[in-house]
Amino acid sequence: MIISVASGKGGTGKTTISTNLALSTGEVQFLDCDVEEPNANIFLKAKIKGYEEVSLNIPEIDKKKCDYCGKCSEFCAYNALAVVPNNILVFPELCHSCGGCELVCPKNAVNWNKRVIGIIEHGQTNGIDFYQGLLNVGESQAVPVIKALKRKIDKSKNVIIDVPPGTSCPVIESISGSDYCILVTEPTPFGLHDLRLAVDVVRHLNIPFGVVINRDGVGDDKVEFYCKKENIPVLLKIPERKKIANLYSTGIALVNESHEWHEMFGLIYSRIKEEVSI
Amino acid sequence: MKICVTSTGENLDADVDPRFGRCKYFLIIDIDSMNVEYFSNDSMMASGGAGIKAAEMIAKKGASVVITGNVGPNAFQTLTAAGIKVITGVTGNINQVIGNFKKGELKEIDAPSVESHFGMGGRRG
Repeated sequence: MIISVASGKGGTGKTTISTNLALSTGEVQFLDCDVEEPNANIFLKAKIKGYEEVSLNIPEIDKKKCDYCGKCSEFCAYNALAVVPNNILVFPELCHSCGGCELVCPKNAVNWNKRVIGIIEHGQTNGIDFYQGLLNVGESQAVPVIKALKRKIDKSKNVIIDVPPGTSCPVIESISGSDYCILVTEPTPFGLHDLRLAVDVVRHLNIPFGVVINRDGVGDDKVEFYCKKENIPVLLKIPERKKIANLYSTGIALVNESHEWHEMFGLIYSRIKEEVSI
Repeated sequence: MKICVTSTGENLDADVDPRFGRCKYFLIIDIDSMNVEYFSNDSMMASGGAGIKAAEMIAKKGASVVITGNVGPNAFQTLTAAGIKVITGVTGNINQVIGNFKKGELKEIDAPSVESHFGMGGRRG
């Protein structure tokens, strides 16, 4: 079973939910797909044992063969190639490595170079098989790193995925193929606005989902009202408490602090398992 | 000699558009005959590489100078590769700008004037 934890709005508590869920369950694979700023390991504390590089294939044009016909640049949807009279330029940071330029080149002038854009780290803690992606600073494409992370999924295991915020390509890539998606939100107008967007995404992908309301008590009841109206299960409400914020700020997971929370997250896990098995 | 001016409108009465890759129109002006062609910018809304596409198009049209407000690094690199001279920091009515250019009052630059995505406004892609 693959459970992904997404949100729409950033900073609602995805990592809080995903790490606590993992720690309460044990024996899971954990993927931190928020490759622009992975932070789950602050709470999981896995010792990193190894890493591998993630690279992209970038075209290199053989200027002896190229006759500057411009077909490659015409084809490239990301404007990563420029052909001007008697010259051709490649802009690696814009290239999505689709390989189209090679297909349309009549002179067979396209060769490929590897360009490293990030790494995947691997470690273990308390029975959790931990992976996180790290996109290099300045790189704009998170998706290839997330794809590489997801290739680590062991289908025989239970998998928890910490998803980046938003509803764009990295989010779609992270949650695709999940058996269940937890959407974490806060009871504020921003929380509700972005929750609606996230709900559109998971519905479009046909992934069963439920909502966790974090910092319950800070805003209004519009998120709950919305969930009721849309027939979306509210799996858990985490109250706004200074103690919870304190624990978070020192990198301590809720389930490691109190047995009650441990039980609560265990219940959510069982509930999801039940729903997925139907 | 042909020059390209980024423009807010379709003729010489318009102002210089301060953005290069995301300007509204490109005017290609033959300085000798004062013949003017205009092109609306297809790449205005592109998520990336708008300046590269614009530079490519201008090279194809045979312009040897670009006059605009600002040029980013990718566009500058493409224009330079095409042997096109770049003049930035220019504002105001294009008729007047052409006059100033003819008098030799406009200076070309040897480096991009802004960072990538400058012309996209507050939001970066």
